[in-house]
Amino acid sequence: MKLLTHNMLTSHVKGVTKGYPLLIKATEVKVNQLDFNPQFVSRMIPKLEWGALVQAAEDLGYRQDLPGELIADYEQNEEFLKKVHRVLLEVEVMEGCLKCPESGREFPITKGIPNMLLNEDDA
Amino acid sequence: MASSCRRPEHMAPPDVFYNEEEAKKYSQNSRMIEIQTQMSERAVELLNLPEGQPSFLLDVGCGSGLSGDYLSEEGHYWVGIDISTAMLDVALDREVEGDLVLGDMGHGMPFRAGTFDGCISISALQWLCNADKKSHSPPKRLFTFFSTLYSSLARGSRAVFQLYPENSEQLELITTQAMKAGFSGGMVVDYPNSSKAKKFFLCLFAGMTGVLPKGLGSETSDRAVSNQVQYSGQRCRFKNMKGKSVKKGRDWILEKKERRRRQGREVRADTKYTGRQRRPHF
Repeated sequence: MKLLTHNMLTSHVKGVTKGYPLLIKATEVKVNQLDFNPQFVSRMIPKLEWGALVQAAEDLGYRQDLPGELIADYEQNEEFLKKVHRVLLEVEVMEGCLKCPESGREFPITKGIPNMLLNEDDA
Repeated sequence: MASSCRRPEHMAPPDVFYNEEEAKKYSQNSRMIEIQTQMSERAVELLNLPEGQPSFLLDVGCGSGLSGDYLSEEGHYWVGIDISTAMLDVALDREVEGDLVLGDMGHGMPFRAGTFDGCISISALQWLCNADKKSHSPPKRLFTFFSTLYSSLARGSRAVFQLYPENSEQLELITTQAMKAGFSGGMVVDYPNSSKAKKFFLCLFAGMTGVLPKGLGSETSDRAVSNQVQYSGQRCRFKNMKGKSVKKGRDWILEKKERRRRQGREVRADTKYTGRQRRPHF
């Protein structure tokens, strides 16, 4: 699971109103090499929940020097975009679990695939 | 129902039906791959994404990622969701570029509001019309799916579903639930006159009113798509016979006798022996 997906995932357990951001407990993290696409990264940045991304990166130990606040002219700043690209698309959680902040329900991640299936009573 | 054994939805729930054996077909059977890719191509065309811009898409029922491969080819980024672990394992083996999520579409889409620039789904929606468990209610599951999908799409984006509807009631159920969830749009039928090439696409617009695209091969639009098989010849053959019975059949004979009667000729009465096949003579 890439951190881009994590940034978009919410908990959909019954009764949970926000369920965001999901806490990551990772036991195995992988870094892939992926082609850098500045256009896509700068398009995605306004959609991101920046705080959640920084927090997730820090939890995994891949924050490096990512600023806590989103910088103003990120579109021109290629160095910044590259950092975001790395965190967003290259860092991948392979094993571990996601925890819903409200209900405490855990969604296991196996082979990089988060299992978001619900039981019948919390669907 | 005669066709019931041919529909995979009638055999088992999706997470059971798509086991290792079935999933293997999707990575080995070249005809299956070709059809899936063709349908994804058409679905992406119907999405009408802005050109030359990488989009972030959702693939519902991504399976082994055949449709996702096409999205990656077009330079888009995608997230796929599927209920079958065996199919997702095949997707992992094929090293698809998108991110995968294991989930049930009937439980709703677990994504933040306004995430995706579009959504495609190839041959998945009809699975939602089945109640595989006691607690399942298809209308409710469809509504949960559509309403959560609506919120996870960016305003002004589209969702295109290729589906195999079983009957018109099923289609109506799907479209009413989609409209209830706030979508506008409707069905696009490609090649409506051909039984084989006919494909149903449900085109939904989130938060805008658009003009529904025309189906391929329908009377009003006759644009030729180079990589799609032409069925024009076959269609003509059926057209010529429209409204007429098969020659030498009982219906044809009865019609002919009726015609003669109207002309005032002497015609034998219709009996149970009319148009009946005789026993073979040597």
